[in-house]
Amino acid sequence: MRDVAVIGIGIQKWGELWDRSLRDLWVEAAQNAINDAGVDHIDTMYVGAMSPGLFVGQEHLSSLCADYLGVTPVAATRVESACCSGGMAMRSGFIEVASGMADIALVSGVEKMTDVDGGGATFALATAADGDYEVYNGVTFPGLYAMMAQDYMHRFGLTREELAAVPVKSHANGALNPHAQFQHPTTVEGVVNSVMVADPLTIMDCSPITDGAAAAILCPLEMAKDFAKGRPIIKVSGVGAATDTIALHSRKDFSTLNATVVAARRAYDMAGVGPDDIDFAEVHDCFSIAEVITSEDIGFFEKGTGGKAAAAGETALNGKRPVNTSGGLKSKGHPVGATGVGQIHELVTQLRGDAGERQLKTAKRGLAQNMGGSGGSAVVHILEVV
Amino acid sequence: MASVPGYWRERAQRLRYEGNKCESCDEVYFPPRRSCGIKCDEELKPHTLSTTGKVLTYTVIRVAPTQFVDEAPYAVAICEMDGGGRITAQLVDCPFENIKIGMPVRIEFRLIQKDGHHGILMYGYKVVPV
Amino acid sequence: MVGIVGYGAYIPRQRIKLEEIAAVWGADAAAFKRGLMLYEKSVPSPDQDTITMSVEAARWALARAGVDPKSIGAVYIGSESHPYAVKPSGTVVAEAIGATPDCHCADFEFACKAGSEAMFVGLSLVKAGEMDYVLAVGGDTSQGAPGDALEYSASAGSAAFIMGREKLLAECLHTYSFMTDTPDFWRREYEFYPRHGGRFTGEPAYFKHVQSASREIMSRAGLTPKDINYAVFHQPNGKFPRNVGRMLGFKDEQMETGWLSPWLGNTYSGASPMGLTAILDVAKPGELILMCSYGSGAGSDAFIWKATERLVEVREKAPFTRPQLDENKVYLTYGQYAKCRGKIVKAD
Repeated sequence: MRDVAVIGIGIQKWGELWDRSLRDLWVEAAQNAINDAGVDHIDTMYVGAMSPGLFVGQEHLSSLCADYLGVTPVAATRVESACCSGGMAMRSGFIEVASGMADIALVSGVEKMTDVDGGGATFALATAADGDYEVYNGVTFPGLYAMMAQDYMHRFGLTREELAAVPVKSHANGALNPHAQFQHPTTVEGVVNSVMVADPLTIMDCSPITDGAAAAILCPLEMAKDFAKGRPIIKVSGVGAATDTIALHSRKDFSTLNATVVAARRAYDMAGVGPDDIDFAEVHDCFSIAEVITSEDIGFFEKGTGGKAAAAGETALNGKRPVNTSGGLKSKGHPVGATGVGQIHELVTQLRGDAGERQLKTAKRGLAQNMGGSGGSAVVHILEVV
Repeated sequence: MASVPGYWRERAQRLRYEGNKCESCDEVYFPPRRSCGIKCDEELKPHTLSTTGKVLTYTVIRVAPTQFVDEAPYAVAICEMDGGGRITAQLVDCPFENIKIGMPVRIEFRLIQKDGHHGILMYGYKVVPV
Repeated sequence: MVGIVGYGAYIPRQRIKLEEIAAVWGADAAAFKRGLMLYEKSVPSPDQDTITMSVEAARWALARAGVDPKSIGAVYIGSESHPYAVKPSGTVVAEAIGATPDCHCADFEFACKAGSEAMFVGLSLVKAGEMDYVLAVGGDTSQGAPGDALEYSASAGSAAFIMGREKLLAECLHTYSFMTDTPDFWRREYEFYPRHGGRFTGEPAYFKHVQSASREIMSRAGLTPKDINYAVFHQPNGKFPRNVGRMLGFKDEQMETGWLSPWLGNTYSGASPMGLTAILDVAKPGELILMCSYGSGAGSDAFIWKATERLVEVREKAPFTRPQLDENKVYLTYGQYAKCRGKIVKAD
């Protein structure tokens, strides 16, 4: 297996992009990545998207995206794993380059979510849960994570105000990210007193509905110096993926996301590092409680202490364990299929030292954790400067 | 998006709570599964969920999907049934402030969804306090 | 001998007080309470209907009967609020209790006596030896038009009985039905709310049929009211059953146990059957019970039951009727009630 590097990244400002279609968004991000890398062709491409069929009535993104990027007859594959479709597209491209099947891979994700109304978006997102045994009975995605939050708070004594520290930190970081959907700060009171969605989670604990795309270019590490143009060379040193039960109720523990635990372990093993070797992480904070749980499950904090750590500022930009420097899904936005590649974009930006006001002092090795549904699938990537 | 065949196909689970159980590891499956995965090679035997159990965790859904909008706010709980097996179900006939993790509940037969004014009525299980 | 092997009742937990309804329509609540002897009524939640209440009542009946659901040869649901106009309620109930597929099934409708019809037919089938057990259910989520007199009474509840020849908890000593064509109350096809003939529903309709059926069955049995321990009549309100009982020569004490309507309202097809379940909760072995239904249109089915030793052994296996009526109540405002009953509908 060959070592693989990320040589280009592309994105746009995420948000409610009324005048942009799915193909507009995707092509913009892909072109940005190609230009950033400076490649003159691609050998293969992967498009992560969760549910374009339900959101915009369009499937067959392999053909659509290759066509509108103008790269037919390149081989293209649509990848779907709910909200970690983007991360899984990244992993798929990694595997193809590492195997030697292709040299230059475009990996990407996209979701155009605002063409449907709130009910339509809720319906589309709910397809990531167990349709017959969760959704049928009236549970929603905020409801599933709210049940994790109830369990976590009951077991570990996390308070409502402490949990609010997570979105407050996310908004503080997002305010420094020009690509973020929400670039304004918020307060603990603002989170706690906003509209209740599913007890104990308010609307400010929930990631928004977002239009957006992100892309990255991978190539063999040995070729990466040809595209470095003086920038750091960034190696994909660890990749891990795992699954868990589709229904939350089938899990033995509602305060642990085992797919993330296992995916992280696999990525650490591959990279030959541990949590203490990671400078910062982008995690899948689709809801505030998800950041608390995943920050523990990737090994940043002991189980039951992640929420208190966030409340103590340990995950802030100047904390010991910066998490979601981009603003996370909460503030940067959560165009579901694009999110995993958006995390890669942030890792590369920090590793290159290009993160502007939110740039970390030490950013040599970062981790991205992306998951689908209520954690039924997860993928973890570790990127490092070599 | 009601599917008549899809509703009908699950009637043994929706109406009678039929699952199955692995003879080797005692795991109860609801809905029933064809196999206990590759770790157990024992046959799975029919197992009907007990109608009594307890709340493991819960929430109150205040922003509901389209088909449940008229019922919001409503509570949803993950329940462990006595003798094994877990369900996600609405917890009804209980003031929200009385819901507690660990509280005993019992399944009641309820209407779960209606396909508009003209379509089929879809029944199933909810839980109520004991 | 044939009779009841198992019984169960189900009452929704929501209630509305008569004053709450009267205040909306500017009616004199005190006069209604005096005149109709109605204080409050049960209200189904939007996820409850005749099918769901019947499944619950049937499961309690099975718990007391202790019989294999597969041995139930017929499932009959009597109601005037079957959730489907076309498609049986009974198939859902039979499927839910596990009685399918070797089972006969039909929904009955005869205004408020659909439940007792199901009981009558069930008894007849087990008597004929056609099947070992029959499930007979009477239940309704009754509708009363906003502002109509029926709105003060129309309520929700269900009673289920498993009829058989062995393991009886109450023997059926006699049955008798009395029926004429008397249009005192009806609901036309495609109409949502029933209509009624006002005071015509009284003397020539309810009182004539209930008295005729009750007198004839007692005469055929060679019994007088003093021989009977408990009497329950169709209870469209609190006043009618009490008055008809007195006319027949019963004392209030004989009627007290099955007299649920002042606090339950009129459960239509469930009304006298639920009175019977409340009596079975307390009757002693050997005691006699007269039950007489009434359905507009019009007819009455009368039964004389005799409690057995087995009743005492099994009745604790499921919830009693009266505590369901008296405990765990949730009171609604008229606005909540109107939403629950589809009287106000959110814009699409």
